[in-house]
Amino acid sequence: MDWEIVMGLEVHVELATKTKIFCSCTTEFGGAPNTHCCPVCTGMPGTLPILNKQVLEYAVRAGLALNCDITRYNKFDRKNYFYPDLPKAYQISQLYLPFAQNGHVDLKTKSGKDVTIRIHEIHMEEDAGKLVHSMFGDATYPDYNRCGVPLIEIVSEPDFRETEEVIAYLAKLKSTFEYLGISDCKMEQGSMRADVNLSVRPKGSKEFGTRTEMKNINSFKSIERAIAFESKRQIALLESGERVIQETRRWDENKGKTFAMRSKENAQDYRYFPEPDIPPVSISEEEIQHYISICPEFADAKAKRYVSDFGLSEEDAGIIAGSKYFAQLFEKTVELCNDPSEVRYWIMTQILYFMNERNVQPEDIKLAPEKFAQFVNIVKAGRINRQVGKTVFENMFFGSDDFDIEKFIKDNELEQVDDSELISKTVQNIIESNPKAVEQYKSGQTKIVGFFIGQVMKQLKGKANPASVNKAVNDALENLKED
Amino acid sequence: MQITNELVSYVANLSRIKLDENEISEMQSQMSEIVNYMDILNQLDTENIEPLSHIFNITNVMRDDEVRDSYEREEILKNAPAHTEEAFIVPKTVD
Repeated sequence: MDWEIVMGLEVHVELATKTKIFCSCTTEFGGAPNTHCCPVCTGMPGTLPILNKQVLEYAVRAGLALNCDITRYNKFDRKNYFYPDLPKAYQISQLYLPFAQNGHVDLKTKSGKDVTIRIHEIHMEEDAGKLVHSMFGDATYPDYNRCGVPLIEIVSEPDFRETEEVIAYLAKLKSTFEYLGISDCKMEQGSMRADVNLSVRPKGSKEFGTRTEMKNINSFKSIERAIAFESKRQIALLESGERVIQETRRWDENKGKTFAMRSKENAQDYRYFPEPDIPPVSISEEEIQHYISICPEFADAKAKRYVSDFGLSEEDAGIIAGSKYFAQLFEKTVELCNDPSEVRYWIMTQILYFMNERNVQPEDIKLAPEKFAQFVNIVKAGRINRQVGKTVFENMFFGSDDFDIEKFIKDNELEQVDDSELISKTVQNIIESNPKAVEQYKSGQTKIVGFFIGQVMKQLKGKANPASVNKAVNDALENLKED
Repeated sequence: MQITNELVSYVANLSRIKLDENEISEMQSQMSEIVNYMDILNQLDTENIEPLSHIFNITNVMRDDEVRDSYEREEILKNAPAHTEEAFIVPKTVD
């Protein structure tokens, strides 16, 4: 039987405010355990939480960016559960009137498919603490530094059918929130966390199957693996006549499997009720208009502009515009050197290569646009060719702020050789020392031209102007034919 | 609303409170009294009355996003029944 996977996502995003949602403790990541704490965020009796203005602004701007209706009259609710990561024994969240509802996100997947994912709602809430377990003893040591860090939880409709849609969705959320500057969305550091609700059903069926919820997935790669594992597990159960149990499962990255979570075996009963400590929050039409007016240009609009203004392909434009950090580097460098195609070339080849091979993240790029533009101008002027340029680019990219391109080229004697006499002399040398290849060429194997070009470039240490070498080799071989 | 012994046990379990048989029946009668007392409110006609979300008619009580000093860790930990130098101690709790 053919099966269809149905998924919905709950994505938690930590907002990049300076302080926690209900107290003035710092939200800074790291820090010695329990040093970013006060009576409010450790749930001491008699304390009064006060909402951080910035949280509301960031949240509403996220809601607008995801095409949601903004709830004008907001309330908070208590979600009660007893667990040591939550010192109050309740989490302040929003159940009855979440601040944003009925949104949608338009996506293009890796294979080029257009998909729309509907957003059911987004609500504000506080993060829980971190539990550190003793290796040998029978104790757990809660660290409440993260307790009270502001979160928004984005709840999608069950609109996902394939893993690549999930990946494209998360990439889009990350890109959008980066542009808004409201979160750094680092999955590895936990500032963006995705819970995947997954069920399977026979293809063509309209009914939903029984779903499980997967937690603890903390990278794009893990999401792919977790979905593959869990969908296979459910299909195997159903095909052998068993049934899927509705439960929360934890993804184990090392084992590559999901496991039922023991603590969630009890039926969830959060006994929500209105939060009496936080007065309602109203959002005015003026505020919403203001947030719309300061909304930055997002990836889709930028990509379109890159195609129409700079002549980039849709694919390249999508990748560069997809990251705020790429886009900033690209736009500023183009402004300085006025050569979008050459700037595109170095981003798409070298920087993407560094990302894949050396785990460089776009937000970690330190290369200054001024330096990048200077480099492009040197390549354009023909002073170094692209082959040698790769070496220069790599040293510049990973070098310190005071990396001197001119000095590097001079010290390593990398200036392009465009001396026609030297080039033709080298071509003659190579032809004379490779009689066999010359015979092959004469017998019609014209592909051998590439061999000669390669040998000449090698002899000239890769520094020759490729166009000049190309021409010299072709001319010399043509002459041989006429002999 | 009927408060049964089962309901008392269920709520106790959610709150991780251990109760013996005597305590359960004691709680059952006390909780029944409280809930029955609240039932008086059900005699009122609340048809056209907005639910109260806060006792004062105020909205938008918010603070600026400015960092203030957190507490000394020692101060935060000292009220806990058990703690190390850097953290609270609770029974091992693993999912």
